[in-house]
Amino acid sequence: MTDSGHNRVAGANEPLVRFENVQKTYDGEILVVKDLNLDVERGEFLTLLGPSGSGKTTTLMMLAGFESATHGDIILDGKSLKTVPPHKRNIGMVFQNYALFPHMTVHENLAFPLQCHGVDKSEQESKIDAALAMVELTGFERRRPGQLSGGQQQRVALARALVFQPQIVLMDEPLGALDKQLREQMQIEMKHIHENLGLTFVYVTHDQSEALTMSNRIAVFNDGIIQQLDDPETLYEKPKNAFVAEFIGENNQLLGTVKDVSGDRCTVELASGEIIKALPVNIGGVGEKSMLSLRPEVITVEPGSDNSCDDIHTATVRELIYMGDHTRVRVETCGNEDFVIKMPRGSGGRSFDVGQDIKIGWHSQDCRALDAA
Amino acid sequence: MASTAETDVMMAADGVPLKIKLRRAERMRKIWALGLIAPLFIFIVGGFIVPIISLMTLSVEDPELNEALPRTAEIFSQWDGEGYPSEEAMLVFAEELSTADRGEFGRVSKRLNYDISGFKSMLKATARASDELTLLPADQILQGFIDIDDDWEDQAYWRAIKGASSAYSDYYMLWAVDLKRDGETGEIISVDEGRAVYVEVLIRTIEISFAVTILCFLMGLPIAYLLATLPTAKSNLLLILVLLPFWTSLLVRTTSWLVLLQNEGLVNDLGIWIGLWNEPLELVRNRLGVYIAMTHILLPFMVLPMFSVMKSINPWHMRAAASLGAPGWKAFLKVYMPQCMPGVGAGTLLVFILSLGYYITPALVGGPDDQMISYWIVQNMGRNANWGLGAALSLILLVLTMVMFFIYNRFVGIDNLKVN
Repeated sequence: MTDSGHNRVAGANEPLVRFENVQKTYDGEILVVKDLNLDVERGEFLTLLGPSGSGKTTTLMMLAGFESATHGDIILDGKSLKTVPPHKRNIGMVFQNYALFPHMTVHENLAFPLQCHGVDKSEQESKIDAALAMVELTGFERRRPGQLSGGQQQRVALARALVFQPQIVLMDEPLGALDKQLREQMQIEMKHIHENLGLTFVYVTHDQSEALTMSNRIAVFNDGIIQQLDDPETLYEKPKNAFVAEFIGENNQLLGTVKDVSGDRCTVELASGEIIKALPVNIGGVGEKSMLSLRPEVITVEPGSDNSCDDIHTATVRELIYMGDHTRVRVETCGNEDFVIKMPRGSGGRSFDVGQDIKIGWHSQDCRALDAA
Repeated sequence: MASTAETDVMMAADGVPLKIKLRRAERMRKIWALGLIAPLFIFIVGGFIVPIISLMTLSVEDPELNEALPRTAEIFSQWDGEGYPSEEAMLVFAEELSTADRGEFGRVSKRLNYDISGFKSMLKATARASDELTLLPADQILQGFIDIDDDWEDQAYWRAIKGASSAYSDYYMLWAVDLKRDGETGEIISVDEGRAVYVEVLIRTIEISFAVTILCFLMGLPIAYLLATLPTAKSNLLLILVLLPFWTSLLVRTTSWLVLLQNEGLVNDLGIWIGLWNEPLELVRNRLGVYIAMTHILLPFMVLPMFSVMKSINPWHMRAAASLGAPGWKAFLKVYMPQCMPGVGAGTLLVFILSLGYYITPALVGGPDDQMISYWIVQNMGRNANWGLGAALSLILLVLTMVMFFIYNRFVGIDNLKVN
């Protein structure tokens, strides 16, 4: 992947934000963020993705200034943020619960940051109008947050974070409280707003599909460490370790011991005795444990001779689930009872019986040998 | 079967029986609900509303003369107040004096003594001689009165009797605000400077209540904020500290302050020992003592409503305000405080209204010039046995409280009131 998706500001090669060896602990015993080094490029949509407790929100809060880094420094636009209080950072933020001021109308909520930044009255009005138009809420100025739906509140929160033209906009799971349909619609809208404004967005979520939809780059957090930082495609197709493979999308995992490594292939022996060829990505030497990762969609059922599958195994069908656009086939193979295969609708139109033995196969390059997490 | 019968009724009588049925079902629920509130309702009506109304009516009643000397009251009420009353009226007065019931006579002489001090003894002397008065010819009756006491020559005494002749009057209400009716003209005028106390007391009552409310607000705000923002374990401990005095008797707390603040009390001893001051400070039996003790006693009433409202304020709002560029003070004033207003309103209203009726605390730790309206209500109802004036002062206190309540409702809205 190239940087084609990034709206980089011409001539400014320096990253907008740089985390330098940042560590954070709340209790002096456990590091919530361990030695974080992260650059946020100008104009990019960067998502911090990870399970709860992985340190992603803490990272965001340190950037916003609500938490202080225990060690290390955060540089915004070439200046250390160590002594800059939150209200002087010029960072817009959208909160998980929106944090709209209930005693103010939509108009007053949007005017608040402009007043704080000393914007002229006349200029305030045009900026508020523009911000509300952007989130398609023109005409809602006099409403109070309590009179708005969840989706509308979310839009007001977004407009409020953008109206004073901050250098960077932070979002902490802003879509978490919305229902699925609205969430997906807002994802697309936020992506478009980002593309139109060319602002830098840093977005925190635990929802991997949200991250994949919107981001230019995704930093996958676990255990206070960035596990992988890549664009969505690379992250999904080329996970660097077992955690990323497991966290992003579905994958079938097979645990085994590395028998041999030669060039771009290795062989791994499973506990059940099968020998499997795999792409060595993140393994120790021969004799070390390795977790093999196979995406459900790379597996071919009953591969023909014309197919280039170079690893073919026998599997017993355990369960068939019709999902509309595809059928999930759960099989038992290589000692794994939960081995899932996705068969697209119309792919041969085969129907199996539970208990039937079938052949399954894959390209050995799609089988990624990762660390045994 | 029941179901078929119901269906038949519904079909036969275009829905009306269904409505009746519904009403019947609702009626049972209404009766049940009324039954549940009935004991409290009866208790409040019988134990609160009826006594208050009957007490309040005392403030506009002036019954003594009517009860003791009914014919006198009637005939004096017809007199226009010019010169002396008619000889006939004086004769009736003398006759009734000679036959009056002792108890009733005592009450009427006390009532008339309110108007002119000395009236009581004069009336007593007149009553003793009233038998002879009744025997006098009509044209000598006034002279007969004057022979008993020179003061009968003063028309003011006669007018005072006329003034007390009506069963209902504004006499006590006017008295409660240092006013009276002029004997000659019937106009409302101020009482003599020496007798004017109650307007000053009323102003003082409002002044003390206002000051205590402000003090409670200033001291309660940080405590409530701490309570709402500290972690639960710490805030619970703090809450107990706030509530602890709440569970102690008012009298105990007030007398403790008396002990602490007196000249040889702990505070003075400590201050002198540290060297902050050399002579014992006057901390009690004055306004300062009243402020200290009342603020301490009423503080929980300010803290608790504010705390419960602050607890419900989303803590992220302050962060949101900071991220939008507001420094801490601005975020607090523009974002936090407006959301606290229901609690602040409830707390200030509660403290102010409770303060208005304070009696024991100022009586114990205050000086003579720090007594509030309740003290004078007690004085009049108790020691002075002047129920009319006591009732009038009570009515003023009640009206004052209601006015405060309506002002609050107008500006804050009673719907916003939150007390836990």
